[in-house]
Amino acid sequence: MPHTKRQIVEKESVVVKFVGDSGDGMQLSGSVFSDSAALAGNDLATFPDFPAEIRAPQNTVAGVSGFQVHMGSEKIFTTGDMVDVLVSMNPASLRANLKWAKKGATILVDTDAFDEKSIEKAGYKQNPLEDHSLEAYHMIKAPITAMTKESLKELGIDNKTAERSKNMFALGILYFIFNRDLKMAFNYFEERFKKNPKLVEINKVAIQAGYNYADTVEALESVIQVGAAKMPKGRYRNITGNTATAWGLLAASEKSGRPLFLGSYPITPATEILMELAKHKSLGAKVFQAEDEIAGICSSIGAAYTGSMACTTTSGPGLSLKSEAIGLAVMTELPLIIVDVQRGGPSTGLPTKSEQSDLMQALFGRNGDGPVIVIAASTADNCFNYAYMTAKLSMEHMTPAILLTDGYLGFGSALFRIPKMSEMPPINPPIAKANDKDYKPYKRDAETLVRQWALPGTDGLRHRIGGLEKENITGVVSMDPMNHQVMVDLRAAKVEKIADVIPDQEIDGNKKGDLLVVSWGGTYGAVHSAVKKAQSEGKSISHAHFHYISPLPKNTEKVLKGFKKILVCELNSGQFVNYLKMKFPLPNFHQFNKVQGLPFMINELNDKFNQILEEK
Amino acid sequence: MDFVNTTIERTTVQLSKADFESDQMVKWCPGCGAHAILAAVERVFPKIGYRKENFCMISGIGCSSRFPYYVNTYGIHGIHGRAAAISTGVKIANPRLSVWMATGDGDSLAIGGNHFIHVIRRNVDINILLFNNQIYGLTKGQYSPTTPMGKVTKTSPQGTIEHPFNVGELVMGAQGTFYARVPDNNITMMTEAMFEAAKHDGTSIIEIMQNCIIFADKAHNDVIGKEHKDENMLLVKNGQPMTWGKNNEKGLILKDTMLEVVEIGINGVTADDILIHDAYNQDPGIHLMLAKLAPPHFPMVFGVIRSAMFPTYDDMVEEQIKYAKENSKIRNVDDLLNSGDVWDIK
Ligand SMILES: Cc1ncc(C[n+]2csc(CCOP(=O)(O)OP(=O)(O)O)c2C)c(N)n1
Ligand code: SF4
Ligand SMILES: [Mg+2]
Repeated sequence: MPHTKRQIVEKESVVVKFVGDSGDGMQLSGSVFSDSAALAGNDLATFPDFPAEIRAPQNTVAGVSGFQVHMGSEKIFTTGDMVDVLVSMNPASLRANLKWAKKGATILVDTDAFDEKSIEKAGYKQNPLEDHSLEAYHMIKAPITAMTKESLKELGIDNKTAERSKNMFALGILYFIFNRDLKMAFNYFEERFKKNPKLVEINKVAIQAGYNYADTVEALESVIQVGAAKMPKGRYRNITGNTATAWGLLAASEKSGRPLFLGSYPITPATEILMELAKHKSLGAKVFQAEDEIAGICSSIGAAYTGSMACTTTSGPGLSLKSEAIGLAVMTELPLIIVDVQRGGPSTGLPTKSEQSDLMQALFGRNGDGPVIVIAASTADNCFNYAYMTAKLSMEHMTPAILLTDGYLGFGSALFRIPKMSEMPPINPPIAKANDKDYKPYKRDAETLVRQWALPGTDGLRHRIGGLEKENITGVVSMDPMNHQVMVDLRAAKVEKIADVIPDQEIDGNKKGDLLVVSWGGTYGAVHSAVKKAQSEGKSISHAHFHYISPLPKNTEKVLKGFKKILVCELNSGQFVNYLKMKFPLPNFHQFNKVQGLPFMINELNDKFNQILEEK
Repeated sequence: MDFVNTTIERTTVQLSKADFESDQMVKWCPGCGAHAILAAVERVFPKIGYRKENFCMISGIGCSSRFPYYVNTYGIHGIHGRAAAISTGVKIANPRLSVWMATGDGDSLAIGGNHFIHVIRRNVDINILLFNNQIYGLTKGQYSPTTPMGKVTKTSPQGTIEHPFNVGELVMGAQGTFYARVPDNNITMMTEAMFEAAKHDGTSIIEIMQNCIIFADKAHNDVIGKEHKDENMLLVKNGQPMTWGKNNEKGLILKDTMLEVVEIGINGVTADDILIHDAYNQDPGIHLMLAKLAPPHFPMVFGVIRSAMFPTYDDMVEEQIKYAKENSKIRNVDDLLNSGDVWDIK
């Protein structure tokens, strides 16, 4: 820890947000800062918040880019509702983000950016730094641009490059505020800009200058100390949900011995999985960027037929395009992993915002009765495990499986405890043996109802499959009415039987009580935090967060029946609650829904809990 | 068969037609041109020289797409229009398979048009049998993207008002490396084109002028019918002059930038003046001109019009993987998980 003469204030958790214009380098500032927090032993979660447009007009609210970091000496479950420290590089970013600042929050602004034109472009009538509108906050007003230029004078670089380093000067101030060691940032620069020593030097000088400036200004009477979190022993890294998903798939491929094939088409917020997997050809991953989503999934079905662990990744609009082909995978009973990183819909909707509104589409969005496995990850880091489990169950049970994540999980990051591959559960796909005289395409395991996977090239197993209904066992095309009934029932029973191998639904809290709060997918952190708060206030409240959605865990009904009221919270208009009502027609379901492209706030959840508890 | 592709395992036993006959009843209408195409395939597959387990037959939806059920290979009867995408996945995932695709003019040029041009552009090593009957057969007689303008069908009671695709032109527009056109009434021409397609590394398109006896009977008759073929069919062979006619008296020459029909012995034209077919030319210029020729002023060109060597997509996938495996420090998932910024908490 660097020494400081200032008073040190200990905090359990702090939310910091860097905001500025798209070109201001806020994503980099956020990454450097969160890396240092992690190295200092904090638990953390991060979330980038960038505009839908690549190049929105400069200095407008539409062009504001942000990066939020929630760090703590306790376990961190969300990226944070309200911000403790806001770093704002221009008027537009201040205007767009002030509503997220806690009363009394520390706000660092670059006064140089508050010129008349930028103030006007941001939509302010007058300079907010001068009209007393910010008196509720602890303002640090620093001429960051000018001081950055001044500090870099000696390096003989052009004005523009110098100006672009103002984010690092601001970051230096933050390092001082949080009593962080600059060495961690220096290491980051040296690694990241290995090929450009000049850039390393510029960044080092700028951040040091910011740090020194903070040390001299009187606005800073104290510094904040966030201690190391108590975390299980092990090796850690910071990981985004999309990277974790990609790596989970790679892990399942290695474990199963089935080569990974990805057929995909770029779409926000799922593209990062495609890009990540494209980097890992050394692990044998075959990544095919198709001409559209339909080709993405159809190429994957072809690959699955040959024995690959075939995947396709997309977001809502792409899942719509894949519907017919998912039906083909259902009919052919091939393993196929479909990842849907949900975003706000319908149609193009809110591409960069998060929602949970593809659940019904995942469960039922096909012609005919087409049951599939549906699994939802709940944190950025557990995307790894659930991607792995989705692949495992899909292959072992010869059925397409959909993994639901969302933009919030995909772009967000969390600390990931790195597993050892030797500790991951085994994956044993039912591969048919060469020259098996008894092989029939739709002959099934008596217990699991799973058919065998006969790979082209194998001696003695030539067979055809396809979208037309097939006769049970033989796989011959059949339009027989009773056979269709049998096959529809078998396909459903096969998926339902997976409930035998998935874990029971856990309850956080007592098994009986006044209120069970139910949630699924990416809302885990917020709902968990809100339930914990309510429990600490002595309320009779428990939490069941679902990861396995189709099939549901076997004990689901029992879990639901332990409570007087059930409140299902989700970021859609009530898709999971209606699914549960359909399966378990109980009279005591309530719902809390939000479709604003924003995550739940802990406070609004607690308000809802209280309201439901009080209702007669 | 003299063979070049070493990726696909050769058979060690002599194969015959019986090895590829399926036990399924063939349900095409009696007199449908598809029967002859099946006969040609059953003749070709045993002679290509690959193990019988290494053939994979993919299709979409349509009468033509029932094909996989009728040959005893591995196969997928897919969904409408998507056969090219499914085939692409099969071939990339397992380049040791000889992938064949059966498709119709509606399947590949209407609903599946996008996949069709992209598989060609990528030059994925698959062989596509395009049954062009100029009609939607399975759905009982609606016009297709190859139906001639003005034709009366069930959905064009006053005649179509659409310009049809010329398949060869489309293939070359998509940078196709192999294109052959064959009639369903000449099994020799069909089998020869299929052998050439099998030999060709890259996407091979064989457009088969197929007769749908029920909904578009005799659609190709003006060209390939017995009474018209001498006049209207030019069968090209690599390295040979492009001549046709009852006595091979007609020929093609290149005048300025255009092809022209001449008659040998007239106006001082000799056999030496006739253009020689060069199917292997990488430049598609003349191939495109040949594909577009049609009666009444020209013959329609049949046989292998283009067979040019270009790298295949699937080979390049393998090369990139090989390179990555030899050069990357990340050799397994444990390496990957522990790469970059990691730290230990004790
Ligand atoms: C998604 C979808 N749309 C429409 C159909 C109906 N359909 C089946 S085959 C076909 C056209 C077939 O024409 P073509 O590809 O030329 O095959 P042919 O029957 O002539 O061999 C159509 C429209 C379908 N099966 N699926
Ligand atoms: S409808 Fe036409 S294309 Fe289809 S099987 Fe009958 S004749 Fe052949
Ligand atoms: Mg047709």
